[in-house]
Amino acid sequence: MKRFVMGLGALAFAALLIGALLEPLPVSVDLRAAVTNNMASSGVEHPVTAVLLNFRGYDTLLEIAVLLLALIVILAVGIDTASDQPRTVNPILQTLARVAAPLVIVVAVYLLWAGAFRPGGAFQAGAVLAAAAVLLHLTGLLPSWQVPTRTLRWGLTAGFLIFLAVAAGLLSQGALLHYPPAQAGMLILLIEAGLTISLGLILAGLFLLLSREPGDDA
Amino acid sequence: MSSGLLFACVGALLFAMGMAGVMLIAHLLRRILAFNVMGSGAFLILVGLTQRNDVPDPVPQAMVLTGIVVAVAATALALALVRRLHALTGQLELPADDT
Amino acid sequence: MSIAFDLLLALALLWSGGRCLSVDRLDRAIVLFIAFGLLMALAWARLAAPDIGLAEAAIGAGLTGALLLDAYGALKRRKA
Repeated sequence: MKRFVMGLGALAFAALLIGALLEPLPVSVDLRAAVTNNMASSGVEHPVTAVLLNFRGYDTLLEIAVLLLALIVILAVGIDTASDQPRTVNPILQTLARVAAPLVIVVAVYLLWAGAFRPGGAFQAGAVLAAAAVLLHLTGLLPSWQVPTRTLRWGLTAGFLIFLAVAAGLLSQGALLHYPPAQAGMLILLIEAGLTISLGLILAGLFLLLSREPGDDA
Repeated sequence: MSSGLLFACVGALLFAMGMAGVMLIAHLLRRILAFNVMGSGAFLILVGLTQRNDVPDPVPQAMVLTGIVVAVAATALALALVRRLHALTGQLELPADDT
Repeated sequence: MSIAFDLLLALALLWSGGRCLSVDRLDRAIVLFIAFGLLMALAWARLAAPDIGLAEAAIGAGLTGALLLDAYGALKRRKA
């Protein structure tokens, strides 16, 4: 009975939502013109990267903070100590992973560089790096993390700290994250490089911390 | 009908489906799946609706890109909590109020 | 032609999303969710958003899928 009522409710909700979507907007809020007009001063040529790191850099700053927070909470929650038999790993898979990992890193660097003028950027590059770490972990080449070491902690926070430092340095200009147009390209590349490393490590950490093996429970 | 509007409608259906799933399903892993389907629906509405004339709009695209990364962090956090709950109680469902 | 592809993709998205929530075996549900993520990546490509498509394929399908499968495996090992 509950299922039926809920299903009917969801259906009615979807129907109403679609009805609302199909109505033409009376006054459409269009930010496309604002983005196009300011592309010249953004320091990059790809509009999505310009929005992410220049026009709405504030969101990206908070996003990397949220990711860091999620990782800290996962560390704080601790883990279940399931009895985890060591996996038997196919040597062919290991060899393939060894070949693939450097290529994946090259792809990540390319994506980071391409973000300035075509689809790509720090997020995709970080995700690709994290995928490489997960691949290496699943083939038994990279052990899961127990407690982050000091170097790892710096790597995890580098993106956030660089971003914050740039934001603080630019505060003297009067506004948060208002880059001077001449240096915008360099600053964005610097922030993106930090973000790529941190995002890769954080996203990999989400996996590697969750699949910690028992024994040395942190 | 433009493809932007079509995918916005698909997003509305996915959102409703995911919402019903989050409310009806007791199993926590499945509830996380439903939560992710719901999020995908919201993203599709956000991008599809602003591109109803099939002109790309970078602002919602950037917002959704941020949203996807935050969604995976939320999923990982939820999975950590579910695994902790299972380690402590052996349950994969939230306890009822009266216990 | 492209509207036919869009309709097919929309149906596939709804089908995989619905099956992912209703299928009785959890491992199948997770695999269907990964398929759903990849279909989402296609939808982003159709919406002229290659940035989101890249991120969705790597994160939504790849990383989330790996996390879910890992959690499923750990919970199953504990039960056994």
